Amino acid sequence: MSRSDVLVDADWAEAHIGDPGVVIVEVDEDTSAYDKGHIPTAIKLDWKKDLQDPVRRDFVDKTGFEALLSERGISNDDTVLLYGGNNNWFAAYAYWYFRLYGHDKVLLLDGGRKKWELDSRELSTDVPDRPKTDYTASEQDASLRALRDEVIAAIGKRNLVDVRSPDEFAGRLLAPAHLPQEQAQRGGHIPTARNVPWSKAANEDGTFRSDDELRTLYASEAGLDFSKDTIAYCRIGERSAHTWFVLHELLEQPNVKNYDGSWTEYGSLVGVPIELGDGR
Amino acid sequence: MSAATGSQAVVEGRVVHEGAPVVTGYARLLGTGDEFVAEVPLGDDGGFRFFAAPGPWTLRVLAPGGLRAERSVEADYGQVTKVDVTI
Repeated sequence: MSRSDVLVDADWAEAHIGDPGVVIVEVDEDTSAYDKGHIPTAIKLDWKKDLQDPVRRDFVDKTGFEALLSERGISNDDTVLLYGGNNNWFAAYAYWYFRLYGHDKVLLLDGGRKKWELDSRELSTDVPDRPKTDYTASEQDASLRALRDEVIAAIGKRNLVDVRSPDEFAGRLLAPAHLPQEQAQRGGHIPTARNVPWSKAANEDGTFRSDDELRTLYASEAGLDFSKDTIAYCRIGERSAHTWFVLHELLEQPNVKNYDGSWTEYGSLVGVPIELGDGR
Repeated sequence: MSAATGSQAVVEGRVVHEGAPVVTGYARLLGTGDEFVAEVPLGDDGGFRFFAAPGPWTLRVLAPGGLRAERSVEADYGQVTKVDVTI
């Protein structure tokens, strides 16, 4: 598998607008961004309303995912090209989520919405009406997802990568600096976790850095031992999905999981160990 | 000091270009060593807002056509640091 099997650039996307085998999907934290203008023919997925169960803190189940994709007109044979704002945080999360349910023909648009906008490429307000399909999903692939107990058991045994900013890692902030500080009961990080902020994997325009730069970042600078399995986490699992994409899809490390419960879960658990400070 | 910002260190402002708000663009908050902290798309009024920690930060603005600007700012709890940027 090469980089171009999972990541494509804006020229590729432009060339495939209107391609009947490709569905372009925008996934945002702020879903009003799509309404203001999106890549022509793109449909919208609301990462909260569409991808999360409305009552329990969990994904929609397999049946729900099948209903969602059928209703949106995505078929099992379609190549799904994902992009979005926040340097592709939520598009990477959706990529991981699609892979979790067995949709392997999925691509990420390098640079996401930001690079498309900064390059002044065409945006449309037309909302496509795709005919409904009969989508079938697989059972969730547990090899890609880490849950709470597995994470606690991994302390001191596997690589734990905390991809939040250094201030969040140290416990000085509870959330990224563009959101009010809220949600976890305590600040800090999981003991033994290494802090490799997600942003170090991306260029300023939102594109991913080269494979060589990424290998240097994680193996040499951060000292991750790739002979061990890795679990990535952040606050709610979307920045860590960005890093999961880098480690599992770009650098092709075989055993990498995303802990989507992340700090909003761990930092509020009764009785678990927490470490403060900048670490290393 | 407003109650809403009592526990937050807010950095906010607007970006304008040739007298008009810049509505397509991004504001980035960077720490020491150019370390990325946060980024937001500019609002319909060219506005941005960050909830930082106390201390010095660099605000960087990116817009189409290669437009860029940078400002140094100082944030503190219970304070709204306003930075208007002409790009």
